[in-house]
Amino acid sequence: MSFNQWALALHVLSAFAYVGGIVLFWVLVVAVRRVDTPEGTLRMAPIVKVGNAAVGIGATGTIVIGIYLAFALDSYAIWNGWIIAALVLWAISVELGRRTGAAYMQGMDKAKELDAAGKPDANAELLALNRTSAGVVLHALTSLAVLLILLDMIFKPGAP
Amino acid sequence: MTLLSIAHTHGEDVALFLHVLGAMILVGGLLACASSLAFARGDVRFLRLGYFSLLAVALPGWLLMRIDAEWIASKEGWNAKGVHTPKWLDIGFFLADAGGLLLLISLIAGGIGVRRLRAGKGTGLLKATLVLSVVLLGAYVVAVWAMAGKPN
Repeated sequence: MSFNQWALALHVLSAFAYVGGIVLFWVLVVAVRRVDTPEGTLRMAPIVKVGNAAVGIGATGTIVIGIYLAFALDSYAIWNGWIIAALVLWAISVELGRRTGAAYMQGMDKAKELDAAGKPDANAELLALNRTSAGVVLHALTSLAVLLILLDMIFKPGAP
Repeated sequence: MTLLSIAHTHGEDVALFLHVLGAMILVGGLLACASSLAFARGDVRFLRLGYFSLLAVALPGWLLMRIDAEWIASKEGWNAKGVHTPKWLDIGFFLADAGGLLLLISLIAGGIGVRRLRAGKGTGLLKATLVLSVVLLGAYVVAVWAMAGKPN
């Protein structure tokens, strides 16, 4: 395998990590809607860390190796319309993902606060924070942006 | 342009898109399953979450990936008799099918485990499901590497 074949394989593996992390967060988005105790919310923290690691490695790997490939492969150029579209969509997806994380961290912070105050019982405010509709909408938009990147990468609109 | 006309004009691209999307959902479902089971520490809610990630996310992902793999293969003529297939394709097909069998075994083991949770048992079977989902993740990393890198 040539160096560029390895780079392409790692680029695609990074994309799998990115989307895999987003899918994992969908599972958590659904699961956390029924959680109203600090203990139940805090138990999700290690799984969130796995998702954050997958998304972080995936997002970084796709952009770094993707830009390298745009320069290294003769058939592609960084100013191709579909590559610029992918870069813009990647930036949008990362920002939307950051805002999704911030929306769901409110519930996690509330759970830590209740836990520190010695209040282990079910809490209506915590349940409302865990059911954040802003978080769901932001995560849906993140997923849509990533789906558009995948469509763009496969159909390569405007490519010769 | 309607979806049908797109599928007709860009049939291979549509099939490839659905194949990759299915594989990505499969990997995400396996990741969610493995992490939920690994960090459950006996908590029934997380053991159930891990199992249902496998059933409701990974399994549909595998089906989408495998059906579209067959669609691509038939369009390329790879599943015709006597046709020489590239090595990366053989690796991909082998891991997809062997992985499908392992997925089925882990779903059966996990399903029995989840049923036994009501009686306070079943954690052993769910540990087996965890091990199998980690093995599957490793296998699909190799499959993605082979399909994307296309080693000779």
